[in-house]
Amino acid sequence: MTASILDLHGISRSYSTRQGLFGKKVPVHAVDEVSLSLKEGQTLALVGESGSGKSTTGRIALGLERPNSGYVLFRGTELPAADTPAWRRMRAQMQMIYQDPLAALDRRLSIIDQVREPLDIHDIGSASKRNNKALAMLDAVGLNASHATSLPYQLSGGQRQRAVLARALIMQPALLVCDEPVSALDVSIQAQVVNVLMDLQKELRLSLLFISHDLKVVRQVSQRMAVMYLGRIVEFGETHLLLSSPTHPYTKALVSAVPVAGRRTRERIILKGEPPNPAARPTGCAFHPRCAIARPECVRVSPTFSTLPDGRSVACHAVHTNPPTKEVGS
Amino acid sequence: MANLAGTAPASALPAAWSSQPLLTIEGLTVDFSGVQVIRGIDLTVARGESIGIVGESGSGKSVTWLAALGLLPRTATVSGSIRLDGEELRGAAAMRLDRIRGGRVAMIFQDPSSALNPVIRIGRQVGEVLARHQGLSGSSIRAEAKRLFELVGLPDAGRRFDAYPHELSGGQNQRVMIATALAGKPDVLVADEPTTALDATIQAQILDLLTTVRRETGMALVLISHDLGVVSETCERIMVMYGGLVVETAPSESIFASPRHPYTQGLLAALPPFEGALRRLIPIEGQVPEPATMPPGCPFAPRCPQRMAVCEVTIPPLAQTEAGRFSACIAGPATEAQQPLKLKTSVLA
Ligand SMILES: Nc1ncnc2c1ncn2[C@@H]1O[C@H](COP(=O)(O)OP(=O)(O)OP(=O)(O)O)[C@@H](O)[C@H]1O
Ligand SMILES: Nc1ncnc2c1ncn2[C@@H]1O[C@H](COP(=O)(O)OP(=O)(O)OP(=O)(O)O)[C@@H](O)[C@H]1O
Ligand code: SF4
Ligand code: SF4
Ligand SMILES: [Mg+2]
Ligand SMILES: [Mg+2]
Repeated sequence: MTASILDLHGISRSYSTRQGLFGKKVPVHAVDEVSLSLKEGQTLALVGESGSGKSTTGRIALGLERPNSGYVLFRGTELPAADTPAWRRMRAQMQMIYQDPLAALDRRLSIIDQVREPLDIHDIGSASKRNNKALAMLDAVGLNASHATSLPYQLSGGQRQRAVLARALIMQPALLVCDEPVSALDVSIQAQVVNVLMDLQKELRLSLLFISHDLKVVRQVSQRMAVMYLGRIVEFGETHLLLSSPTHPYTKALVSAVPVAGRRTRERIILKGEPPNPAARPTGCAFHPRCAIARPECVRVSPTFSTLPDGRSVACHAVHTNPPTKEVGS
Repeated sequence: MANLAGTAPASALPAAWSSQPLLTIEGLTVDFSGVQVIRGIDLTVARGESIGIVGESGSGKSVTWLAALGLLPRTATVSGSIRLDGEELRGAAAMRLDRIRGGRVAMIFQDPSSALNPVIRIGRQVGEVLARHQGLSGSSIRAEAKRLFELVGLPDAGRRFDAYPHELSGGQNQRVMIATALAGKPDVLVADEPTTALDATIQAQILDLLTTVRRETGMALVLISHDLGVVSETCERIMVMYGGLVVETAPSESIFASPRHPYTQGLLAALPPFEGALRRLIPIEGQVPEPATMPPGCPFAPRCPQRMAVCEVTIPPLAQTEAGRFSACIAGPATEAQQPLKLKTSVLA
């Protein structure tokens, strides 16, 4: 049994938003009772509806944001409160790569300065060693010496994202939370970065929480995946199983909509109905207004997880009552 | 070379739309402090057409369109011609360009953080476009903004009006930008990676929406994306860029079935498969050349498995390989047949 590096136990996080200047505050349940565990040296992919709480979950996993309830364990120890010395020590082993590379970089500093910065802050090695290490890291993600001296705006979107990746990896973290790390990259660079990530993972036993919309990449990098919908996990299990035979109706729609170059081989399931609204979460199963196989109980009762023989967990009434080997819905 | 890009199949367009190109770019070049990053681009966009632009990161996809819309910083030198319905945009007065941008030509930017103002509520940001380009005011702005937010599938549209960008998820901000772009009822929409932050189901909805708007209003769509699946499903014609040049252009179905240019072939080979056995991904070996140290011949030569001696001295022109298809490769249409000798003679001829 591999030990887990990261455990989320029933974490919830809500924000309050108000309508208009004087409108009353309405809570938005961004993350609702999410439990996950990531094994040491493995990759767990977090996918799902835009706005379903993936980034929030990622921030909570690193202690950048506090859950309203639930707790996070890093190698079995509860995360210390943010901005305490203990948290900062732990944080050096955990890095995050954000969705928007331009926002993540300092516009006035050269790329090499920014990649070297964590080494400078933690005073690791001599100045020239740091510089060489930063250059080597840039090289590993496919950036050369002339990129190193550029300012962020002088690089293309893909080049910027690789700079962000190099900066996150330079401290050799144990855990990397990647929020859409390759979404700005073109496929040939994406292939390089994915290979780099997988090699580093093997070499350094890096553990990855990999948030992504690109299920083709998720298939490539992750052993297990969790599918989120409106703040909750609806299906969780081995990646190849979820992608080859999705069980939850939302996972099915998601997998069917993956765009393919050339001719598509499977029918796309177009979801109908209102887009989900976290401020007015539907009763029962949150997916019921858009679910083609919803039944009366779905409107009233929130489905609990059931475990299928292949080890995955699914939160859906239709799966509960069907023999687990049979395909659900159409 | 304006004919190169061709026009959309007539069957896809209502008969009333003229076949005259809406937007024409000719001989576009862009230099940043003496270094050329766009090295001569010709293309036409017809009314109602959808063009997908793919290509290596840094190949100039974004800069081409930023140049066309006069959005580059002063350090950039632009030459060539950009005409919208015959009106020259290069060197046009700032006021004039301001009216065109967000109105007749709208752009969805690649970086959400540079497009949305973090301290202004999103409803006001859309409202400004509606006021400027649609002449709306007061409560009609709010109603129209709400309609647009609903159109792009932003949940809880009414309440989101008063939200700040940081209160929205990445994909929600991306949909706000799409709504803002559609607010000006553009004739041409340039969408630079518009769905990277969206999950596959919403991405499919947005792409369907853009196609519907295109069919209903005759809006032309220029879709820049590194996701070959996205352009394949949305666009009729694909343009592949490399090293500041267009290296291949072809109808969508044929380019994915039989890519002609070795770079396009490499791009398709690097795509992670969604079916079948897992394998290590095959990146294209080597790196994109820096604009400052661009090879004298074919920009792809340093990485090309089919490179020949002549490739390193001659920039191959975009040449027709078959009806509606163009490729800038000296190995030309015979890449599958592997007949380098015969090819060399055809270059000399
Ligand atoms: N600071 C905030 N204030 C109010 N609401 C917020 C805030 N941050 C996030 N939210 C809301 O919480 C929900 C979850 O947001 P989150 O960014 O975690 O989604 P996500 O799954 O990462 O989405 P995406 O795939 O689009 O990036 C969204 O509905 C979002 O609007
Ligand atoms: N303001 C600038 N100053 C100097 N060079 C620039 C500037 N903006 C872009 N460049 C350079 O121009 C080239 C083309 O950049 P562009 O942003 O168009 O690439 P792209 O094809 O859109 O790439 P990506 O897919 O990564 O977004 C790159 O080499 C980039 O470094
Ligand atoms: S619980 Fe009911 S509504 Fe929810 S996904 Fe399953 S069948 Fe559909
Ligand atoms: S011109 Fe030569 S180097 Fe360039 S793509 Fe063709 S074969 Fe390769
Ligand atoms: Mg997110
Ligand atoms: Mg770009």
